[in-house]
Amino acid sequence: MLKDVTIGQFYPTGSIIHKLDPRTKILLTTAFVVILFFINNLWGYLAAFLLLGVIILMSKIPVGYILRGIKGLVLIILLTVILNLFMTPGAVIASFGPVNITLEGVKIAVFMALRLIFLVIGTSIMTLTTAPIDLTDGMEWCMKFIPFVRRFAHELAMMMSIALRFIPTLMEETDRIMKAQKARGANFETGNIISRAKNLIPILVPLFISAFRRADELATAMEARCYRGGENRTRMKQLIFARRDVVAFVVMFLMIAGFLATTIINIPLLFPL
Amino acid sequence: MTMETEKKMIEVQNVRFVYPHNNEEENVIALDGVDFHINKGEFVGIIGHNGSGKSTLAKLFNAIIFPTQGDVWVNGFNTKDQEHLWDIRQTAGMVFQNPDNQLVATIVEDDVAFGPENLGVPPLEIRTRVDQALAIVEMQAYAHQKPHQLSGGQKQRIAIAGILAMEPECIIFDEPTAMLDPSGRREVMTTIRKLNQDKNMTVIHITHYMSEIIGADRIIVLDKGKIVMEGTPETIFKNVQALKKIGLDVPPMTELAYELRNEGINIRDNILSIDEMVEALCQ
Repeated sequence: MLKDVTIGQFYPTGSIIHKLDPRTKILLTTAFVVILFFINNLWGYLAAFLLLGVIILMSKIPVGYILRGIKGLVLIILLTVILNLFMTPGAVIASFGPVNITLEGVKIAVFMALRLIFLVIGTSIMTLTTAPIDLTDGMEWCMKFIPFVRRFAHELAMMMSIALRFIPTLMEETDRIMKAQKARGANFETGNIISRAKNLIPILVPLFISAFRRADELATAMEARCYRGGENRTRMKQLIFARRDVVAFVVMFLMIAGFLATTIINIPLLFPL
Repeated sequence: MTMETEKKMIEVQNVRFVYPHNNEEENVIALDGVDFHINKGEFVGIIGHNGSGKSTLAKLFNAIIFPTQGDVWVNGFNTKDQEHLWDIRQTAGMVFQNPDNQLVATIVEDDVAFGPENLGVPPLEIRTRVDQALAIVEMQAYAHQKPHQLSGGQKQRIAIAGILAMEPECIIFDEPTAMLDPSGRREVMTTIRKLNQDKNMTVIHITHYMSEIIGADRIIVLDKGKIVMEGTPETIFKNVQALKKIGLDVPPMTELAYELRNEGINIRDNILSIDEMVEALCQ
C-alpha cells in the first residue's frame, strides 16, 4: 500500500536528459514554470507543448508513465476550469439559469488548465530524470543564491537526503508494526473513515517513538564521524557543468526569448482568443 | 610526550560517570573508579552484562560524553579538550550497534565518503580512500547499492568502511554484532580481526558474546560500573563461577572443561576452543 507513493520517483533510462547536471535541470524547470505563467496566447502554449514533447522523447520515459502523474490532479484541474468558466465577467456567450459562460471565462479556463498540466509534466520530468540524491545536491547549490535560505542551504539539503535515506527503512518498519498489530487483532480494513483513522494510532505511536530513537542514534553516529555542519566540508562527487549543460542552457534561453516574443508581438491567431 | 604516553592509545584515569537525574538520590552511577589503558595495536575485549557501563565507556572514548570525575586520554589528547575534539573523533572511530541508524547516505559509497567529507579531505583523495576502505571490508561490488538493500552484516561492514575512510588509528566497536544473525556476526568478526592483524589497528571490542573475544590480547570485565577482572582470555575465562555470578556466559568449551573438572576429570582449565579441547582430551 505504501509502496505506491509516486512523488519524486526516479525513472532511470540513462538518456541525455538524465545525464544533465541536476543544477541545469532545476534552473531550467524553474524558468519553464515561471514562463508558463507569462504566456497569454495559444502560440505560446503550442510552443511549450512541443518543447515538452521533444524533452519527453529525448528522456526515453514512456509517455503514459508521465501522464499518470496528472491523474491525481484531475480534480483540481476540473475545479479550476469550472470556477474560471462561470465566474469570469465579460461577454456572455451562453447562460444556464443564473450562471453565465463568458468568452473571457473560456479563455482563462483553457489557459489555466494548460498551465497546470504543463506545470505538472514539466516538474515531473525533472524528478523522473534525476536521482533524488543528485536533486538534493543540485538544490543545495541553487539555495546558495537565495538570500535568507542561503544560511540553511547545507542543513536543508542534509535533512532532505537523510529523509530520502530513511523513507524505505521507515516503510519497512511501518509494515512490520502493522503486521504485529494485526497479529494482536487490530483491524485496519473495515469501518468508516473515522474509526479507520483511530485504528492507525497503534501504528503511529510506535512508529514515532522508533523514529525519534533512530534520529537520536543517527545524530550520535554522525557526530562520531566528525560531522559539524557545512563549514569546511568537501564533497567526493563534485557537480560539473558539461558541454551538454551549456547546450541545454542555450536552447532554453532561445525558448524563453521565443515565449516572451509571443507575449509581446501579437501574432495573428486562427481564432479570436 | 614521553615514550610512555606514545605507546598508549587510550588511557582512562580513575573515571566516574553519573547520569544526572532531577532527583539527586536517583542519579545513576554508570562508571565508578574505572582505571586502565589500551596500547597501540592491541585488541582489547570489554565484556559486561547489560547496565554494566560498557556502552557509557564507549561514548567516553569518543568524546560524545565526558567523565564526571577523572580523565580520558585518546592518543595524548584529553577528551575534555574541545580544541582537539575532532582529532579525537578522527583518531578513535566508532562503530555502533544498530547498522541502520548509522548509515547517512542513500548510496553505499556516498556513505563511506561521509566521514572524510566532514574532515574536509580533497575530493580526489576521498575517492581513493573510499575505494580502499570498501576493498578492506570486501564490499566493492556493492559501492552503488542502496543501504536498505543490504543484509545486516553487510550494512555493518559499510559502517566499518565509513570509519576506515577517516583513517583512524583505533576503532571502538560498541556491540556491533548484537543485532545481527549468526552469519552476519561471522562476517563482522572476520573483518574486525583482519583490521587488527593485517592493518595493525587498535581494536576495542565491546560485546556480551564471549566467543567473539577469545582471540583478544586482553579482556576487561565490567560489572556495575567497576572493573572486576582484567587479563588474557585464558586467565579470565577459567573463572567460570565468578563470570556466571555477574550474568556472563563463558565460551562453551571452557564451560565443558569446568564441568569435567568438577566431575573429577583432570583437564586444563584454560581451554577456549574446540581444537584445544580435542587436544587436551586425546592426551
